[in-house]
Amino acid sequence: MRAHIWGCRGSLAAPGPDTVRTGGNTSCVELRTETGDLIILDAGTGLRALGLHLAAEEPRTIHLLLSHLHLDHLEGLGFFGPLWDPKVEFHFWGPPSPVTSLKDRIARYLSPPLFPVHISDVPSKPTFHDVPGEAFQIGSATILAAPISHSGPTVGYRITENGKTLAYLPDHEPSRGGDLREMSPAWISGYSIARDADVLMHDSQYTEAEYPSRVGWGHSSIAHVVAYAQIAAVKSLLLFHHDPLHDDDMLDAKLVRARELWGDSNGTTELAREGMALELN
Amino acid sequence: MSQNGQQPLPLIMMRELADNVATPLFLVDRHGVLVYYNEAAEVLLGLRFVDAGSLTAEQWSARWAAEDVNGHPLPADARPLAVAMRERKPSHRGMKLLTGDGERTIEVTAFPLLARADEVVGAVAIFWDTTGAA
Repeated sequence: MRAHIWGCRGSLAAPGPDTVRTGGNTSCVELRTETGDLIILDAGTGLRALGLHLAAEEPRTIHLLLSHLHLDHLEGLGFFGPLWDPKVEFHFWGPPSPVTSLKDRIARYLSPPLFPVHISDVPSKPTFHDVPGEAFQIGSATILAAPISHSGPTVGYRITENGKTLAYLPDHEPSRGGDLREMSPAWISGYSIARDADVLMHDSQYTEAEYPSRVGWGHSSIAHVVAYAQIAAVKSLLLFHHDPLHDDDMLDAKLVRARELWGDSNGTTELAREGMALELN
Repeated sequence: MSQNGQQPLPLIMMRELADNVATPLFLVDRHGVLVYYNEAAEVLLGLRFVDAGSLTAEQWSARWAAEDVNGHPLPADARPLAVAMRERKPSHRGMKLLTGDGERTIEVTAFPLLARADEVVGAVAIFWDTTGAA
């Protein structure tokens, strides 16, 4: 399985000279399975560039896995070329809601007055799936989705192929109830998604100083994500969903702090960066 | 607990809430197994949760026997948690609870936790201690 990060910014796209090293596009990760399947994690503004990249390839089937439907995870959709190609078989997967269908929730953005075309009228005629409660298969990849602590229906994804696992929890606040290190793992949101992952892409929006004034906003501090990754015993932590007000220098400082907190534990900690490619073999 | 060893998110969130309120809360999973009660409930029940541990519905019903307000034994399946789980709707009643510290008169409100429209993942009971109230 190969992964390519097209966007790792949180909340709002933040292009400009101060964010060129990490990138300003919001959440979007391309996955390629060994059987050639194309899986996309979230449809943030990074999706636009991915669409341009795919133009020559003309993929026939695309699976878009949405963690949730906040705008920063959806707003690249209208400018994703394959959505407008009637030859593409397009599958949307996302968190179930007891109230509104996935299609209707996406249509709140992809419809007038926020967008000129209604999702029902796009040429690829997407199929919409609520993620099931049990693992499902896309080509050679096994996908497990589970509800996680954020605001509104949100899932984390665990994608496994040939014994290698990528865990994706871009927006997640598992620490709302107290000290993670004092909780039993069974009571930690998303533990079953992240457990023993080879790579964990996880929300790291706030500094430790910022978090106390943002409790309940659905995101993690650097200290929380490090504690979470260590409890889950992941091999590699990628700090993801960078705050749009944090420039490259500040993110570098957050990485230093994360490594300090990580200490001598097994595993590595790195900043997710736009353009970063990963091989999970 | 779910098959992957993780509690469902609604139970996790409810436990977080329980840890941050002074109202006695008692949580059971989809099978009626006691999975948590908070400090305020510990005071009322006369036993710390860590000492009680996880108990089946049969076990916790026996551990804290109940009577109706007239002093008649209250069957386990008539207690609000059982009714809420079975009928998938809120249930409320007054009762007497026989705790390690003696008898307490309480009001109990229980409601099921629905993760999706058709999926009960557990239930919560809220205790109102009315012992000594006129």
